[in-house]
Amino acid sequence: MDFEFNEDQQAVLDAVKEFCEEELKPKAEETDASGEFPWENLKQLAEMELFGIPVPEDYGGLGMDFLTWAAVGMEISQACTTTGAVFGAHMLAQYPIMLFGTDEQKEKYLTPLSTGEKIGAFGLTEPGAGSDAGNVRTAAVKQDGHYVLNGSKIFITNAGPAEIYVVIGNLQPDRGARGMTAFIFEKDYEGFSIGKNEKKMAFPSLPNRELIFQDAKVPEENLLAGEKRGFRVAMQTLDVGRIGMGIGAVGVAEAAFKHAVAYSKERVQFGQPISAFQAIQLKLADMATDIECARLLCLQAAWLKDAGKPFERQAAMAKLFASEVANRVTDQAVQTLGGYGYTKEFPVERLMREAKLFEIVEGTSEIQRLVIANHVLK
Amino acid sequence: MKIVVCIKQVPATTNVRIDPETNALIREGVESQVNPFDENAIEAALQIKDAAEEECQVIALSMGPPQAEDALRDAIAMGCDDAILLTDAAFRGADTLATSYTLAQAVRKIGDVDLIFCGKQAIDGDTAQVGPGVAEHLGLPQITFAIEINLDGKKVTARRMLEDSFEVLECRMPAVITVVKQINDPRRPKMRNVLKARKREITQWTAEDIEADPDRIGFTGSPTVVWRVFAPEGRTGGRTIEGEPEELVQALADEILEIRKGLSTA
Repeated sequence: MDFEFNEDQQAVLDAVKEFCEEELKPKAEETDASGEFPWENLKQLAEMELFGIPVPEDYGGLGMDFLTWAAVGMEISQACTTTGAVFGAHMLAQYPIMLFGTDEQKEKYLTPLSTGEKIGAFGLTEPGAGSDAGNVRTAAVKQDGHYVLNGSKIFITNAGPAEIYVVIGNLQPDRGARGMTAFIFEKDYEGFSIGKNEKKMAFPSLPNRELIFQDAKVPEENLLAGEKRGFRVAMQTLDVGRIGMGIGAVGVAEAAFKHAVAYSKERVQFGQPISAFQAIQLKLADMATDIECARLLCLQAAWLKDAGKPFERQAAMAKLFASEVANRVTDQAVQTLGGYGYTKEFPVERLMREAKLFEIVEGTSEIQRLVIANHVLK
Repeated sequence: MKIVVCIKQVPATTNVRIDPETNALIREGVESQVNPFDENAIEAALQIKDAAEEECQVIALSMGPPQAEDALRDAIAMGCDDAILLTDAAFRGADTLATSYTLAQAVRKIGDVDLIFCGKQAIDGDTAQVGPGVAEHLGLPQITFAIEINLDGKKVTARRMLEDSFEVLECRMPAVITVVKQINDPRRPKMRNVLKARKREITQWTAEDIEADPDRIGFTGSPTVVWRVFAPEGRTGGRTIEGEPEELVQALADEILEIRKGLSTA
């Protein structure tokens, strides 16, 4: 067993760390407060060729692995949670095309996603299909070389700025998961539009919007993985998506932890830095241990995926654990900073609000526990 | 077209500490990086390459210990085509005269070089002498502190950033140009180049390879002698004076008079 990154992975990580430290981190507050999609940051990620880490070189990628992608994602998220979230959601469009796309689809859609020329989004969730992901009601009908979709999606991350959408419709809405079918939509397809942006508890610069299909036409060559295979596409996409959310959560936790450590060394009470008090030391030790476990679970899930082994269980564990760690750690970081932690002068209150996202998105903690229980009881 | 960029590996911190016992730089635990101004020099060269219609080769050149290879790999990661490390025990202890002579010898060996770029200075030594030194050793025109460069055939025009003004100079190529950090924003490396750089063999040249005169390199070739390096004494805590404004003014005035008295008797 080897817990070291290999030299290629390390070289990429070193370059990413430097970039994150010098470019993303100093602008993180501004990126959050602006309410604007972080185009500038994403352009830089694209220039560095970071959007296609695990994608084959033939399709604009680096031909590396998901482990490197996960480790890079943690660095980006730690430096700028918003940029990290976009980076993670982007993979949700790339991965199903990578896994199920035809050569033509890969050429046309995976390549611009991997070079970062275009941003991607994945549309599964509907007003009536959240945890009940098999209940997709967006109706799809085949008609003259096209599929015509009617319905809507909600909470879709990256929607709006994204130009390529992997969307799950249903050829037999009354038959639930059995009729679900995946399509690749381009932003300007007839009848397809982007609806309102949700005002959220955190992440104002991260779009989560409606997708609206009103007799929306998608050419039949944009059918992904074949008719009625959409549930499988969705589930397999979510497996990788869960690693993505896990790494985002680790990033949030790590950022809060670093603030807490730095503050504890500077803040003087009763004549000494509060880091000298065991009450604070115990908190920091628990936070560090939690983060280390979450990090290793995420990396392990990615490693299993790269090794071609089943990773669904570990991906669910990674997502579940990392998101709960993010909530525990940010809570304790705010506590460590006390009154200052509750103010907007320090980023820990923001991180605490952001952390909550990860327990909900891409399968709630409850759903993750069910996934894990299914494996345990199998 | 052939461009050489001279780079230096420096400690990756501006907070260099000196061991008060030995007066030597504390290098333990300090990572290395490419001198930031040299990154601007690389960027300037790469921008010329990007804009060039003819073939253009950018070669990074550095003198240093074997581990300076890392700096050259960073240069390749940024997009330089080639890198050469001048490394030899005989180069050790070189001052700016010997260093610039050594670099100039390497440029001669490379041959047919049109432009030589350097950062305006290194952040560790801060001399700003190596670039001009290279030009002198090669008998080439030099434009230092360039903030803007334009090429026109075999002519180069550059705007120099001086303390209170700009100066525009023109010269023929080949020429040596040193750049200030305001000239550009060095690009971030593309990951493909990072991976490529890691696997690249870095050419190493010794004193013999560049036909260097043994009396002009390293300690032997360095007339500069470092007599003493010392860390300035750290500041002590200071004193807080409290009170009403009138009292404070009085107290400050007394302090100043006291100091003045001390100075005049000293």
